[in-house]
Amino acid sequence: MASLPTLLRLAVFLLLLAFLLQPGWFEPLLKPLVQENAPAVYNRGSLFWLTLLHLRTVFVATFAATVIAVSLAVLVTREAGAEFLPLSRSLVNIGQTFPPVAVLALAVPIFGFGEKPTLIALFLYGLLPIFENAVTGLTTLPPAVTEAARGAGMTERQRLMQIELPLAMPVILTGIRLSVVIGLATATIGSTVAAKTLGEVIIAGLQSNNLAFVLQGGLIVAALAVLIHDALQALERALAGRTNA
Amino acid sequence: MIEFDRVTKRYDETEVVSDVSLAVMPHTITVIVGTSGSGKTTLIRMVNRLVEPTSGMIRIDGEDNRLVPEFELRRRIGYAIQGHGLFPHRTVAQNIATVPTLLGWERGRIKAKVEELLTLFQLDPDFFGPRYPHELSGGQQQRVGVARALAAEPNLLLMDEPFGALDPIIRAKAQDDLLAIQKHFGTTIILVTHDMEEAFHLADRIAVMDKGEVVQHGTPAEMLVRPATPFVEELIGATERPFRLLAIETAGDAVEPGTAEGTPIPEALSQREALSELLWSGRSALPVAAANGAIVGKVSLDGLVKRAARPR
Repeated sequence: MASLPTLLRLAVFLLLLAFLLQPGWFEPLLKPLVQENAPAVYNRGSLFWLTLLHLRTVFVATFAATVIAVSLAVLVTREAGAEFLPLSRSLVNIGQTFPPVAVLALAVPIFGFGEKPTLIALFLYGLLPIFENAVTGLTTLPPAVTEAARGAGMTERQRLMQIELPLAMPVILTGIRLSVVIGLATATIGSTVAAKTLGEVIIAGLQSNNLAFVLQGGLIVAALAVLIHDALQALERALAGRTNA
Repeated sequence: MIEFDRVTKRYDETEVVSDVSLAVMPHTITVIVGTSGSGKTTLIRMVNRLVEPTSGMIRIDGEDNRLVPEFELRRRIGYAIQGHGLFPHRTVAQNIATVPTLLGWERGRIKAKVEELLTLFQLDPDFFGPRYPHELSGGQQQRVGVARALAAEPNLLLMDEPFGALDPIIRAKAQDDLLAIQKHFGTTIILVTHDMEEAFHLADRIAVMDKGEVVQHGTPAEMLVRPATPFVEELIGATERPFRLLAIETAGDAVEPGTAEGTPIPEALSQREALSELLWSGRSALPVAAANGAIVGKVSLDGLVKRAARPR
């Protein structure tokens, strides 16, 4: 027997899928929001295709941020790298404090219009939560466990790969989840510099004073964020249930 | 044989272990006792090089323990700690298989070893093998911790307050298990504890540490009869001395010729337990039975009282 939240999520997912594949079905619902003769459903491209591109942008940026942030966290939690911890902290903090819009503005002259400035902004913005969580996860392992791993004769590399990273994984995942959710929302502004994301729908709506477009773009991003957030959280729980109980 | 040769460990200005020389005989249990901060844990952690001595040398079977890489040395030495330190994301079987896997044993041999150890510790391999540590009770986790330490058949087992987190009843059982297992494998054990009861129960030899120095090293009986310093005397507990003395030897050692009325006492019972039986039953003597049930003589209150007195 599935619980109510699970059923709700399933309903949201099915609605989202239906809307992306057959937006025409929803036209009567959106019609009251637009002026006469204006299109109620986004007609300047496939919503499904835009959603995939949106997800791809977020995925690529978060993946890169994860690789860099986790590697950095591993480095600064080793004995030899400990002195670099404050420096790395400040570096990723700068990434976080720099507004993505500013990053876009600065990146466009260098990389031109398109997807690249958006990827850079999302990447920089996503570093901090993953880095901080990975550092926390790697430095708060139960001392008896790390002691036992050393005492068993594991090399430093074996301890990291077999014990420390798997045990820190739920906490690292929390950081990734935060980055993904921030990234999903932030990616929309990428469309101001011609990145293909769901921001296009929202911007088109704002330009032509079409409330239905704005709503469509916003709701799709929101539904994606909620679903992905919950899926990652479920994964964290499954991992944590085994390791922390 | 493990030899500590003038081992010193200093952290900045503070000397945690000062000039310790100690020889641990093979196939025996040596218990290192002392108050917290006496350096006892640091001392055994230098054996498997979790801590490096500032000066001095530790030899294992005549060989300097710095001649092999750390991780290789540690795979040869069993290590069990307080709070077991089981890997929470690995099953009981995988936990026990840790060192054999690191050593690259083949699958069948590892599986057989895991089953042997679980059976030895009275844990059903089919039931417990696939469980995760958090599904086990404290006593079971502790047994798995010791089983993991023994998995690669080490000649030497280091134990750092392994029973510290257990309640008294399970602890007594764990200690008896350890004695049985030490007999079974002939492992040399160095165990650290602050519990004197535990030390007297397990030790072939006791080393008492105080402020980084070994102040006395000897058999439990020596320690009772001739405590080297007031600190040792205090650690043993003056009021406990006669009873600890009786606890070391068995009723069989105190048998006198003659017969007595009452339920026979098994020969293997400690004299302390025999005394307890006499006092509780209100008799002045009780018969002693050998393992096969034959009466070999009696123990008397007078006899035990004489044995409990300080030897001259």
